[in-house]
Amino acid sequence: MLFTSYEFILFAVVLFVLYYIIPKKFQWMLLLLASYVFYSFAGMGYMVYILATTLSTYFAGRRIGTLQTIQTDYLNTHKEALSREERKTYKARIKKKQRMYLVLCMVFNFGILAVLKYSGFTLLNVKSLLDFMNFKNNIPILRFALPLGISFYTFQTMGYIIDVYRDKYPYEKNIFKLALFISFFPQLIQGPISRFDDLKETLFGEHSFDAKAISFGLQRILWGFFKKLVIADRLLPAVNTIVRNPEEYQGVYVLVGMFFYAIQLYADFTGGIDIAIGVAEVFGIRLKENFERPYFSKSITEYWRRWHISLGSWFREYMFFPISVSKSMLNLSKSCRKLFGDAIGKRIPVYIATILVWFTTGVWHGAAWNFIVWGLLNCLVILVSQECIPLYQRFHKRFNVLHTFWYRLFQVARTFWLMSFLRTLDCYRDVGTTFRMYRTVFTRWNWNELFSGELLGLGLTMSDYIVLILAVLLVLYVSLASRSVGFREQLAVKPLTVRYLSYFALIIFILIFGAYGVGYDASQFIYSQF
Amino acid sequence: MDKIIEILEGMHPEVDFNTCNTLIDDKIIDSFDIVTLISELSEEFDISIPVEEIIPENFNSAKAIHALIERLLEDE
Repeated sequence: MLFTSYEFILFAVVLFVLYYIIPKKFQWMLLLLASYVFYSFAGMGYMVYILATTLSTYFAGRRIGTLQTIQTDYLNTHKEALSREERKTYKARIKKKQRMYLVLCMVFNFGILAVLKYSGFTLLNVKSLLDFMNFKNNIPILRFALPLGISFYTFQTMGYIIDVYRDKYPYEKNIFKLALFISFFPQLIQGPISRFDDLKETLFGEHSFDAKAISFGLQRILWGFFKKLVIADRLLPAVNTIVRNPEEYQGVYVLVGMFFYAIQLYADFTGGIDIAIGVAEVFGIRLKENFERPYFSKSITEYWRRWHISLGSWFREYMFFPISVSKSMLNLSKSCRKLFGDAIGKRIPVYIATILVWFTTGVWHGAAWNFIVWGLLNCLVILVSQECIPLYQRFHKRFNVLHTFWYRLFQVARTFWLMSFLRTLDCYRDVGTTFRMYRTVFTRWNWNELFSGELLGLGLTMSDYIVLILAVLLVLYVSLASRSVGFREQLAVKPLTVRYLSYFALIIFILIFGAYGVGYDASQFIYSQF
Repeated sequence: MDKIIEILEGMHPEVDFNTCNTLIDDKIIDSFDIVTLISELSEEFDISIPVEEIIPENFNSAKAIHALIERLLEDE
């Protein structure tokens, strides 16, 4: 059920009415029921996977949590009798058992994801390799349909189980509450990837009808609809025309495609997250922000702190740090220092962890070489930037430009275009074509076509361009205006007429210029396929 | 404490680590710095810093890092 479909609006309205008329203690149960109904729309067969993940995570969490309680009780009871060494040995024994349940749970859940998402890709590559080496083989290429939101909910549950293992918070005793955390419908399609301790209070809490929160939620939903329907879906045909006809659209069109795709993806993904956060807000539930005006970032590392924040922080906490500060990695670093000197030895943990994280980030986005190369190129740029820091510092000191407006603008534009270049790997059919198109940017000089009306052949009319320019300017204005205080808070203190005129204007704008209706089909969110 | 400040200054000579208590919140040290820092602290104090201790409260200031090390040394 698409967020922008009539079914979803009807579903949300019915749920909203029921939510605020039933006794508050049943609200979370209604949300669970609604989430499963929402999920069943994607296909009843997929329910098996989310239920399997829920059950395995619940039982592993319960076992790990119970072991923690046993340990605490035992150590408290035998406080005087045990020596420090005995306490340590006991703790290590318990930790070992907990680790076993953690590993089993992770293997099981990542296993489901791996089989469904990556088996086809892996088998295809093995088959190609064997064919290349002239080995006769009969490897079948399996293709599974991906259950809705599997990459998102798997990462969310694994974050939960690791936190329980780390004793960050106690395990959830109520399996139905855990089921709601995993399946909560606004975040199922494209995140954000929530943390249990961030969400549990409002997700399982009792909520009174709060007109202000509901109004804020509705505004956020409206804003998401605006970005998705007016901008993202309007740009879609132009992006498709360019990337699906690489022989025809080269040189400057590749840059146009990058630019359009940057805007489309931003409007699509942030619009979807706006709707998710807004819907949750209407039910009194706070989801964490997933973006912090990413296109204003001055470096690629800053960009990744501000774009898809929940995924970045997941990788940082559950993969980057555990790898880079593990005992074996620190020992390896020590050995390398002795062998190759301090400079190389110090970099080993960071380099290995960064490469693994970005490889996985690429794979998380999709089972294709495009995504793997995209991830590794991101990694390369980040590591090269890291190495260049002393160079940048010397340059900034020498020319004293760091805090000037023009230099910052240059940094923002550089990051935007760098990211746009890398992101193009999402679009073309394979890595080879993408690199060929990169080359044409520098070899095929057809900039004059930009001004000869050719842009009107991309599937957008002049009125589409005018709507797009106005809409993008509005998004830019809101983005700039909400640097310190949120735009909705600023609007809330304006006179009533101004507020209602703004809402009304936005609704009219979406109704008239939204890319839907007869002849149009609101398209799927881009991130829902990851 | 002096040793901790010395390690931190080796990474960011421009920061006053005696007074700054927003090292993580203000993004003065990033995740790459944390790894280098943990590696050096582990070696210097012969401790192991578990990954669950990597939270902003433990790394926001030299004082917080010092408190973390004291606690870990006690637990050893």
